[in-house]
Amino acid sequence: MENLEKILLGHPFFKNIEGDYLNLIVGCASNVRFEQDEIIFREGQEADQFYIIREGTVALDLQDPGSGKITIDTLTDGEILGWSWLVPPYYWRFDARATKMTRAISLDGKCLRNKCENDHDLGYELLKRFALIIDQRLQATRLQLLDVYGLRS
Amino acid sequence: MANTKPESRERVIIKADDLGKILKILKRKSYKTIGPTLQEKAIIYDEIRDVDDLPIGWTDKQEKGSYRLERRTDGAYFGYNVGPHSWKKFLSPPEVRLWSARKSENGFDLHEDDHEIPNYAFIGVRSCDLHAIQTLDNVFLGGNYQDKIYGDRRQENFIVAVNCTEAGGTCFCASLGTGPKSDKGFDLALTEIINDEGHYFVVEIGSEKGSEIMDEVSTRKAGPEMIHMADLRVEKAAKSMGRQLNTDRLRDLLFANYQHPEWEEVANRCLSCANCTMVCPTCFCHTNEEVTDLDGNNAERWRRWDSCFTLDFTYIHGGSVRKSTRSRYRQWMTHKLASWHDQFGTSGCVGCGRCITWCPVGIDITEIADTIRKSGELPDKTVEQPQ
Amino acid sequence: MDYEADIMTKTETIPDPMQPRRFRINNVTWETPETFTHELIPIDKGPTFTFEPGQFNMIYLYGVGEIPISISGDPENSSRLFHTTRVVGSVTQRLQHLKPGDTLGIRGPYGKGWPVDEATGKDILIIAGGIGLAPLRPVIYQLLSHREQYGHITLLYGTRSPDKILYYEQLKKWISRFDMLDVKVTVDHASGNWRGHVGVVTRLLSKAMFEPENTAAFVCGPEIMMRFVAMDLKKHKVPENQVYLSMERNFKCGLGFCGHCQLGSYFICKDGPVFTYDTIKSYLSLKEV
Repeated sequence: MENLEKILLGHPFFKNIEGDYLNLIVGCASNVRFEQDEIIFREGQEADQFYIIREGTVALDLQDPGSGKITIDTLTDGEILGWSWLVPPYYWRFDARATKMTRAISLDGKCLRNKCENDHDLGYELLKRFALIIDQRLQATRLQLLDVYGLRS
Repeated sequence: MANTKPESRERVIIKADDLGKILKILKRKSYKTIGPTLQEKAIIYDEIRDVDDLPIGWTDKQEKGSYRLERRTDGAYFGYNVGPHSWKKFLSPPEVRLWSARKSENGFDLHEDDHEIPNYAFIGVRSCDLHAIQTLDNVFLGGNYQDKIYGDRRQENFIVAVNCTEAGGTCFCASLGTGPKSDKGFDLALTEIINDEGHYFVVEIGSEKGSEIMDEVSTRKAGPEMIHMADLRVEKAAKSMGRQLNTDRLRDLLFANYQHPEWEEVANRCLSCANCTMVCPTCFCHTNEEVTDLDGNNAERWRRWDSCFTLDFTYIHGGSVRKSTRSRYRQWMTHKLASWHDQFGTSGCVGCGRCITWCPVGIDITEIADTIRKSGELPDKTVEQPQ
Repeated sequence: MDYEADIMTKTETIPDPMQPRRFRINNVTWETPETFTHELIPIDKGPTFTFEPGQFNMIYLYGVGEIPISISGDPENSSRLFHTTRVVGSVTQRLQHLKPGDTLGIRGPYGKGWPVDEATGKDILIIAGGIGLAPLRPVIYQLLSHREQYGHITLLYGTRSPDKILYYEQLKKWISRFDMLDVKVTVDHASGNWRGHVGVVTRLLSKAMFEPENTAAFVCGPEIMMRFVAMDLKKHKVPENQVYLSMERNFKCGLGFCGHCQLGSYFICKDGPVFTYDTIKSYLSLKEV
């Protein structure tokens, strides 16, 4: 547990978070490990966790009937995987697959969700941080959407 | 042509039709003499052989979107201002072949074009046009590369300037400091005087070449009274300009107002017909095109005038950068009055007024600038890049 | 109005900068289904062709026309001339069918290139998008042959999908030289067996090792991509005058005479195509300029 606390404290995502809250979060955290090609979660499943990737790469895939599996994003060391646990109806919108052996910290989102309902200050602290991440991903996704390398007609 | 200092220049008087003698001397020295002529109800530049080829006794009435010729009563040789032509027609021709190529075993063989380039003598160059030539010198010859088309045609120029004694309806050279008096860059500068004593020219000799020509013409030295009379007439023209342009920090003003609603207003009227760029004496944009014969054995590379008003001027990767008329008008005007300063150290406009006269819908560049100045922002600091 | 002293010189004949020099195609390599590289050797005698990274040539195709193409070879080994181009328009549609032995006309090199010499002692970020890797390849050659003069070197390369990766074999070689430079490749989307990064190239920036204050960033790709990258570099605190972008517009002459390539006060062909971010920042956010 001490090891986890150190890791979480040092992670930029939890910078400046109050000691009590950090303890609370550590209480919901555990070390996990995924083998190459292991599916971490599937589209449609209940979103109960989120992950902080310590080492490795996770691909986000969508399945298209015609083209098969399409990878739309990859996340690596230090990045946060998943916020569907924060947003109703709390289901994953895509598959997550480890493309190589990956170590991560899993955080119990369902548990944290309940705690946030009771302590709105904790809720605000978490949402503030996730808002930043979601914004970064949105900007990146917009650029991706522009398909700037594609040939214009 | 070496420029002598204004104070040390000789001034002489010649009778009006002695100008014909000057033309003959120039022809004898193998110059091709080009000057104003009356053709198709406009005064345009073409080859002239004698003073009779000039539009003697004619004047022009210019207003926005309007050009008309009227008769004068005094028989003046240069009693008008500028028409749709400018000297860029000869120095950077509307169409000129760069080179030709023939299919060969090495792919193609290049054949340089040996143009017969005449030594031009430009007769009747107004101060605005003289400044235009000087700015084109900067554009085509002042950088790391030199434009051969322009340079070859410019090298042996002989310039007979004419100081305007009347300003035109769309003229505003005085606002830009480009006239009406020519101060340098000419071989001879004429001021026409018609009074009780007769019809003559006060000739200012601006170079060695000019001096050589005048040695062969019977002249008398111009006394201070004559010089003063000539100067007065030119000053009168300076005070009666048809238009004015406030040039105070004009570059910064335009750069700071790229989003001004006036651009949209102008765009609603502008036909992007490109007349203004064709008549403007400093517009230099051109394009290069490939022309082949039917069996493909010969190809030629041609250079043609182009205009930033055309839709595909900025074509790149499937679309044009400047699609709207608004952006294209803004490009032309801000290039002429603002960016030109950054590129060449002077204004690109010489106040000749042609763009105002020849615009079919009468867009007046001085009015646009005025509107933006009245209702636009002008920051205190220099505006580095447009906003 | 003040003009500079009389520009006209009567003494010399003006050389013609519009005449191309003939080169023969020695080899054609298809890098991706729509991008190819020509390897050229001079036909006409003349001085050895030399260039700086980032410069471009005007390529003349007999009977068709002239287009600008960036030089993509090694500046210190220029006995062969390399151009990499995409098939996008009427000239490149014809160009793609040329074979070894065919002739092209070359005028150049033109433009201000990447200031690689001035970046010694700095960490280097090379950020390429799509075909933008081609004008940056000469930079990589130059950096690698003077490796000890530079700090940490990172290449970030983003393209549409794995089949659009340029210089695939060469990238593999560079990746294997992890002692010399750090290479990260990403694609906008992938299907099949791609195990690498997916996402835009800006995402890779947080993985790169560089000291922002002492970094030179050379960026090339579609204009939107360069804008996003420049903003991200700013967020990472790389000084704006140490971020270099390569701009592009319609070139007809390459010499600053035809007026087509103007971006406000700049002639892209002679004031660029490489510019520091601070000198064109405002232009990048203006529409239709």
